[in-house]
Amino acid sequence: MRAGITLNVNGKTHEISVDPATPLIYVLRNRLGLVGAKLGCGLEQCGACAVLVDGEPVLSCVRAVAEFGGRDITTVEGLRVSGELSDVQRVFVEESAAQCGYCTPGIVIAVTALLDRTPQPDKADIEDALRDHLCRCGSHASVLRAVSRLMKERAANG
Amino acid sequence: MANPSLTKHPDLDDWLSIGADGRVTIRSGKVDIGQRISTAISMIAAEELDVAIDRVDIVAVETGVSPDEGVTSGSNSMEESGNAVRLAAATARRHLLGLAAQALDVDIATLEVDDGLVQSRTTNRSTTYWELAAGASFGIPVDLQAGVKAPQAYRIVGHHAVTRGIEDIVTGRPHFLHDMTMPGMVHGRVVRPPHYHARLEGLDETVTDRLVNEGIKVVRDGSFLAVTADDEYAAVRGAERLAACADWDLGDGLELQDVFARLTENERVSLPVVDGVPQREEAPERYDPPADAALTLEARYERPYQMHGSIGPSTALASFENGKLSIWSHSQGIYILRASIAEALGMDVGDLRVTHVPGAGCYGHNGADDVALDAALVARTMPGTPVLLKWTRQDEHAWEPYGSCMVMELCASLNSDGVVTGWSHDSYSDTFNMRPRPGPDKIGAARLLATRYLAEPLAVPVPQPAMRRHVGIHRNLDPLYNFADRRLVKHLVRNLPLRTSALRALGAYANVFAIESFMDELADATGQDPIDFRLRHLDDDRAVDVLKTAAAHMESWGEAADGNGHGIAFAQYKNIQTYAAVGVEVEVREDASVRLVRAVIAADAGQVVDPAGLASQLEGGFIQAASWTLHEAVQYDPDGIASRDWDTYPILGFDNIPEIETILMERPASPFLGAGEATAGPTGAAIANAIRRATGLALRRIPFTPDALRAAALA
Repeated sequence: MRAGITLNVNGKTHEISVDPATPLIYVLRNRLGLVGAKLGCGLEQCGACAVLVDGEPVLSCVRAVAEFGGRDITTVEGLRVSGELSDVQRVFVEESAAQCGYCTPGIVIAVTALLDRTPQPDKADIEDALRDHLCRCGSHASVLRAVSRLMKERAANG
Repeated sequence: MANPSLTKHPDLDDWLSIGADGRVTIRSGKVDIGQRISTAISMIAAEELDVAIDRVDIVAVETGVSPDEGVTSGSNSMEESGNAVRLAAATARRHLLGLAAQALDVDIATLEVDDGLVQSRTTNRSTTYWELAAGASFGIPVDLQAGVKAPQAYRIVGHHAVTRGIEDIVTGRPHFLHDMTMPGMVHGRVVRPPHYHARLEGLDETVTDRLVNEGIKVVRDGSFLAVTADDEYAAVRGAERLAACADWDLGDGLELQDVFARLTENERVSLPVVDGVPQREEAPERYDPPADAALTLEARYERPYQMHGSIGPSTALASFENGKLSIWSHSQGIYILRASIAEALGMDVGDLRVTHVPGAGCYGHNGADDVALDAALVARTMPGTPVLLKWTRQDEHAWEPYGSCMVMELCASLNSDGVVTGWSHDSYSDTFNMRPRPGPDKIGAARLLATRYLAEPLAVPVPQPAMRRHVGIHRNLDPLYNFADRRLVKHLVRNLPLRTSALRALGAYANVFAIESFMDELADATGQDPIDFRLRHLDDDRAVDVLKTAAAHMESWGEAADGNGHGIAFAQYKNIQTYAAVGVEVEVREDASVRLVRAVIAADAGQVVDPAGLASQLEGGFIQAASWTLHEAVQYDPDGIASRDWDTYPILGFDNIPEIETILMERPASPFLGAGEATAGPTGAAIANAIRRATGLALRRIPFTPDALRAAALA
């Protein structure tokens, strides 16, 4: 029941022998040691497990790893380049946009995808992008401030 | 002021070490649960020692290493650990300066410290903390009179600090217990019964044999069932297959009756509450309006069972080796957990070690302690193999101890001047106090879920009324208002259907919801402005300040549009901690849903240490309580808990987050006041009051769902 699968994650290629029905998140966390994506519900209901697949946010807790062979996967670890936080990661730090932080990586992924697609999103765009993301600590307001901070920075820098 | 943490751990070395390597190590007994206590503690230590904040390491809280500061709960951490570390750091600074004065042969009064570099104004010689302490122990007690810095000198406290751990969080570095791994570690899952009262009759052996052949280990002790596997997904699938082959005796199932009716009808222990403290005496049977009563009104408010609903399921790592058990847990109380697990397993407490590792936010007593016993039960069957055991989403939703349902019956009399001259408040609820505190008859062990299902089960302990000031059901039962005549009664109700324990703010959320809704209704009934009405019953200047500050901000919102309403509410948490006034504007839409348009929080938490952390606790409390108030009620039927995931237990999302203005009152040099639970109660009432002003509907049963609004409109 194991199969060989090629996974491209954060710019690296991995050849993995795995039960192809295994949801992607278990492979990322336990085989590749990339624990940024969090297991929250295993039901595609909370968003903690989001990763980017070919630039689009995808929940990784249900869909089988076999679906992702050969596609470009970016986890929250991969957003940091050469030790530098991405802009989204940086504004989350600056705005302290996390409390316990368990939902945060998924939200960082969703915001990254949103701003890549729509550099100046309106309120509805933001709500839509974060619709699948639950936070129980109530960090929402600080997340929205972080997003707005980055939009302002980018608008100011043309 | 007496500090329980320092009374128990008077030695400076218990709290603080200074290394030869330029590091300051702080041992606090309070755990970080997302409330940023470690950030605040490190700010306090760095401030009092005059070192850069990034020199400060906060040690993971561990039995045998960290001071036993009880449970991280009740918004007490700043007052207990914050003050303990502050005095410890001040004691250490003075001690080190004494050593420096000798080493440099100068008057201690001439010494200045800059990031651990100690210089005298009278010489050009210098030394450092790292040379002076050289990693040695201090061997002195924490001086309760140690001179602490004046607020004017603060360079760190009260200023912005980067939240500890946040870079790890946003970059995905291992941070959570869920992320831990060890050589040879296996993954575990439990298989719970269909509901509380089901018992395991048997397992289909053809299935269990197959599982074992596939390398999946099955652990059974009575009705406690678990699996382990090398691969996590194999454990997930194994648990599903094991669940499918289990034969349960379902008994009568959960009792399904109107729980709000049962709250006021069941057997109960009723105690009068005076100055926030229950009295061991007969509760006054009924309320008698005073002679000057011109108007007497009554109202009944209700709050359903609600859950903690951590986003990360409860998890523990356990390893049993050579008769010793090590547990990594996100429990809020590792010492009591250690004692109760030792009791459950019949082990010597000295053979157990519990280390705190962050989990997802818990907001009180969730499944963290229970899963630690689950992992221990499994690890004990496989010595030498560490077991990382995670609950599933369904385990979490269906088995955590909920915040108890409550009924609040209020009655008030006003004289002809519209002043309250009589006040009565009965609160009916189940216990909020089922943390695994050790005690006689293995009571701590019996409070851990799995012990009820073992081959030799422990009986569910009968809750006893909590008697301390402002705890449990009677937290914030006693209003801060200056009502002369008050009849306050708490009722601990027996034989209720669901498992309950401490959920953020305990009874304060529902009590304040009731009091502050009722205050608005009384103001309206007598034609008074709701803010003026509160102010004329408040003698406490700090309470007046937060209320006026929030009200002034709400003025800037202008008149509410048609369909919108403004509501305000106030409380001081436990009548001794943070003062918080919450104002909110809601829009009630055509579909009867409630949109939160904007909100203001005015809070007085004493001396502010970490402004960003404080604001996020207040805002987070608002958002969580708004979710409880608008959406949340645990659903159940005879087959068990029906709220088993986020579709069947919806919570507030990003599509309904108001703009929140948080105003922190400046109170330099006044004591730190715990704030994490301060906004919960005012938020519930402010929303109720805003909906009433928008629609004329007095909603008195939480949650205020579209169905509830439509039903109220028809009534």
